[in-house]
Amino acid sequence: MTEQRSTSALLYLSGVTVSFDGFKALNNLSLLVEPGEMRAIIGPNGAGKTTMMDVVTGKTRPDSGEVVFDGKSDLTKLDEAHIATLGIGRKFQKPTVFESHTVRDNLLLALAGLRSWYKLLLAAPTRAENARLDEILTIIRMTEQQHMPAARLSHGQKQWLEIGMLLAQDPKLLLVDEPVAGMTDVETETTAQVLREINKTHSVVVVEHDMSFVRALGVKVTVLHEGSMLAEGTLDQVSADPRVVEVYLGR
Amino acid sequence: MITRFLVQGMDRNLRLFILLVLAVGIALPLLNQLVPPGNPFHVPAWVMQLIGKYLCYALLALALDLVWGYCGILSLGHGAFFALGGYCMGMYLMRQIGSRGVYGNPLLPDFMVFLNYKQLPWFWHGFDQFWFAAIMIVLVPSVLAFALGWFAFRSRVTGVYLSIITQAMTFALMLAFFRNDMGLGGNNGLTDFKDILGFPVQSDATRGILCFVSALALALGLVASAAVVSSRFGKALTAVRDAESRMRFLGYRVEGYKLFVFVLSAAMAGIAGAIYVPQVGIINPSEFSPANSIEAVLWVAVGGRGTLIGPVIGAFIVNFGKTWLTGALPEVWLFALGALFIVVTLLLPKGVVGLWGQIKTRSRERRARAPA
Ligand SMILES: Nc1ncnc2c1ncn2[C@@H]1O[C@H](COP(=O)(O)OP(=O)(O)OP(=O)(O)O)[C@@H](O)[C@H]1O
Ligand SMILES: [Mg+2]
Repeated sequence: MTEQRSTSALLYLSGVTVSFDGFKALNNLSLLVEPGEMRAIIGPNGAGKTTMMDVVTGKTRPDSGEVVFDGKSDLTKLDEAHIATLGIGRKFQKPTVFESHTVRDNLLLALAGLRSWYKLLLAAPTRAENARLDEILTIIRMTEQQHMPAARLSHGQKQWLEIGMLLAQDPKLLLVDEPVAGMTDVETETTAQVLREINKTHSVVVVEHDMSFVRALGVKVTVLHEGSMLAEGTLDQVSADPRVVEVYLGR
Repeated sequence: MITRFLVQGMDRNLRLFILLVLAVGIALPLLNQLVPPGNPFHVPAWVMQLIGKYLCYALLALALDLVWGYCGILSLGHGAFFALGGYCMGMYLMRQIGSRGVYGNPLLPDFMVFLNYKQLPWFWHGFDQFWFAAIMIVLVPSVLAFALGWFAFRSRVTGVYLSIITQAMTFALMLAFFRNDMGLGGNNGLTDFKDILGFPVQSDATRGILCFVSALALALGLVASAAVVSSRFGKALTAVRDAESRMRFLGYRVEGYKLFVFVLSAAMAGIAGAIYVPQVGIINPSEFSPANSIEAVLWVAVGGRGTLIGPVIGAFIVNFGKTWLTGALPEVWLFALGALFIVVTLLLPKGVVGLWGQIKTRSRERRARAPA
């Protein structure tokens, strides 16, 4: 299905292989994400989901295969900062916020725009930037905590802040790794709402184990197993697939 | 825009502290010059000189804290930038001696006559002009820092490896400067200075001015550092310290940030060394000794890294201790230094300034709990 190179795809992976000391974390993986799409990626532990994101964001170089963004940028040749400025934002599996900065400063650092050191020396946040920060704080429901150091946030709040930082970057494509790990059911439900809202204006790839969350997203699902794609379709379709059942139950 | 940049960084405590530094730099020379000896308020010249020296150490500590405390780069070679600034000043001071040297050679400093130099080495040209020396004091350490940082940061050398590289740098420079054929006085270094900008270096009045200049340099260093660390650049800088790869994924070119503070810090260290040299009257290769750079790290740790006041306080505390101990019990000093290192690492991770903050919050809590 993905053999043919689609020019319209936002993210295009073809035949990507990554090995760590001979162990293939990704094995000839191919994947297509269309502009505006939200895609859920599921798969058992060690299936290669995080590694796939590492490849897309330039953290890990594939041994072979193609990774193309927006039909033109070859991501295997670019570094992290460059890929980020192309418009790919990432939320990590383990929340990594800037602990000693306040919530608001975390968002300010993530805010799309100024990145060069000499410009930041003299720049103050503009009115537009401040307005955008207020807006994001409202979306992630953290206006009250905005002046609190991120170190004092709860695990769930850190996840929220990370999603806010992702929004602040205003990327074309958001890669979200396990956003609801450690969240309560209510928080999980709200996260799904927020992601659906974000998906109105952004393309999203979200990795998650939590099936009720994936169901709440209601989008096309890709199942990874041992570094390759096992199945693709709606959640109901893939959960009916005997190979998927075996992978999940056979553990 | 520039004034806002400079003022925004200073909170009330820091402003008071900067005023205190300036007050010391003004009061000591005045009390030395205007109050006659014998009067209890007279400040002897040696005290003034000692404080002037400490002020230079404090500026070096501040420079080191900028890279270590705010950007997480533990440099174990900052003494090298200090010494390079010192050598540039020393070269100027040597050229000022003119024909008053022991050999009376109008062009060549004594050590060159002694070593049978026929002409002035090329890199000594220009150092008879103060403005040229002043430029070199900033430029030489900056260029070295830029070259080292360029390679290290681009190849993502971090942590212990970077510390080792900086330590190796200062060690290599020490060995190089020990050689007579470097043309910088070898083992003995540069000394026997006569005057600076026409004023005799040895006179109390000149010493007073140098003490004031040290305080002024430290004050300006504090203002500049405060402006840098409280700007958006500074926020990005501490973010690089706390989560470097996260910053890369946000699209920041981390190398540029590191390189800028590293070079800025080296320039500040160079200035500190340059003001130090006329006050102690000598610069020799032992200033490059790795132990010096490690001591500077200790000043920052004792005072409190990642704060602006901390390194200044740390430099004063440790050096008072050193001056006192090396006088009273010289053999104990190295052990005391080692013990201090252990105590600070184990008990005072945030240094004296952090301890002060803890005491303040605790007493506030106690007051809040006490029945009204
Ligand atoms: N840097 C690395 N060095 C060696 N092995 C690695 C490295 N990164 C990942 N792996 C291995 O590659 C495999 C895939 O890991 P990955 O983190 O992509 O899995 P995942 O699908 O994200 O799993 P999880 O659901 O637990 O997050 C795992 O077996 C992991 O141990
Ligand atoms: Mg993972």
